[in-house]
Amino acid sequence: MINKMKIILMLCLSPAIALTEPVYSLRGKASLYNESKTPEIKRLQNDSGPVPRAYVQQPPLIPHSTKGYVVNKKFNKCLTCHSWANAAESGATKISLTHFSDREGRDLSNVSARRYFCNQCHVPQMDAKPLVENTFQPIDVLQAP
Amino acid sequence: MNEYQQNGKLSHYWRLFRSPSAQYSLGALLSIGFVAGIIFWGGFNTAMELSNTETFCISCHEMEENVYKEYQDTIHYNNRSGVRAVCSDCHVPKDWTHKLVRKIRATNELFHKVLGTIDTPEKFEAKRLQMAQHVWKTMKETDSRECRNCHDYQSMDYTEQKKRSVQQHIQGFDAGQTCIDCHKGIAHSLPSMVEIDPSAVFQ
Ligand code: HEC
Ligand code: HEC
Ligand code: HEC
Repeated sequence: MINKMKIILMLCLSPAIALTEPVYSLRGKASLYNESKTPEIKRLQNDSGPVPRAYVQQPPLIPHSTKGYVVNKKFNKCLTCHSWANAAESGATKISLTHFSDREGRDLSNVSARRYFCNQCHVPQMDAKPLVENTFQPIDVLQAP
Repeated sequence: MNEYQQNGKLSHYWRLFRSPSAQYSLGALLSIGFVAGIIFWGGFNTAMELSNTETFCISCHEMEENVYKEYQDTIHYNNRSGVRAVCSDCHVPKDWTHKLVRKIRATNELFHKVLGTIDTPEKFEAKRLQMAQHVWKTMKETDSRECRNCHDYQSMDYTEQKKRSVQQHIQGFDAGQTCIDCHKGIAHSLPSMVEIDPSAVFQ
């Protein structure tokens, strides 16, 4: 009985509790009459060597800017350095063998449609701090002993 | 007026044109010629300059709707230094003789404008490879002269460039390569590159 009373009391009070914490729009706490702070523009990281992976299946990150790079049906800027034909001369890492098979696992002579649009999996990095704390650790097979 | 009279009039003017002037002094005639020369020369060069402006280049919808739109997304339209390269910076030589030759060649482009050879995006796309190859060939022949009007590889500070740029530039210039060998598509969408680099195209 006491418990039932408690629940009813809480239900009655809950709107009041909710009201103490006002609801904010996506704009945040800035009032309509003040300008909100413009977020700082993030910059692309400078060229570097390959970035270590967090897990073995991870698509490697792009360690350089890709500003202005075009990838469409007629042309793929990334492959002008990373294709098997161009990798040796350009000194870029060549694309993995997994990129030459379709989803049924059949081997192809050139890059598969599902691997052609590089940016679906590979991304460059900005100089931004992570938005939330992250305690993820790479598995031990990826860590140097 | 019959034919005989007309001929008579013509030969009269011709005689007048050839015979030395009795009325005007040599000085006056030379001065008139000099001033007329300046006006003609100035007008000629002004016309050449006018046809070098961006406004002129994109007054054709063929250019405005295709290559101009694409160029607006590139480094030569907007960049941190605020220095813009306009159409003529890359497509028309700076020195007078080469410029004149390029302008005379451009009459062929006017001809195709009248024919409507590339007057729809589809037609433009169908001709793009041919047009691009034309530009590449010219740039290869001139060692990318128009690029070098602004970019001089001897003034490049390799300590300021990206790692990849440095490596490729040193290697490339040593091997006798020129800007356009590596920087195709610097200002516009590329045509299908299947003939140039099949390993970088979707097939
Ligand atoms: C009118 C002068 C001018 C001409 C002509 C010119 N450029 Fe540029 N170019 C610039 C300027 C200005 C920049 C931007 C510099 C900056 O602020 O980073 C630039 C930038 C570049 C970049 C750097 C791209 C990047 O993403 O960082 C390349 C590559 C380049 N130009 C190649 C060329 C090639 C190839 C040609 C010939 C087809 C050419 N340029 C013709 C002025 C010119
Ligand atoms: C052997 C190939 C090659 C040749 C030849 C070449 N470049 Fe480059 N260049 C590159 C590569 C690769 C980059 C890096 C591109 C990127 O970041 O996407 C580059 C970058 C640049 C940059 C940007 C530099 C930076 O790091 O900010 C400029 C400007 C440039 N090139 C101009 C030229 C000009 C002008 C010529 C002709 C005189 C030329 N390049 C010839 C391959 C070449
Ligand atoms: C930075 C140099 C540069 C500038 C600026 C530039 N172009 Fe180009 N243009 C090129 C190069 C290089 C090509 C050869 C094709 C390629 O590599 O994309 C080309 C090709 C073309 C073509 C042939 C079709 C094609 O797409 O290949 C046309 C037409 C053209 N340009 C018109 C223009 C017009 C109009 C402007 C001004 C709005 C302009 N260009 C500005 C460098 C430039």
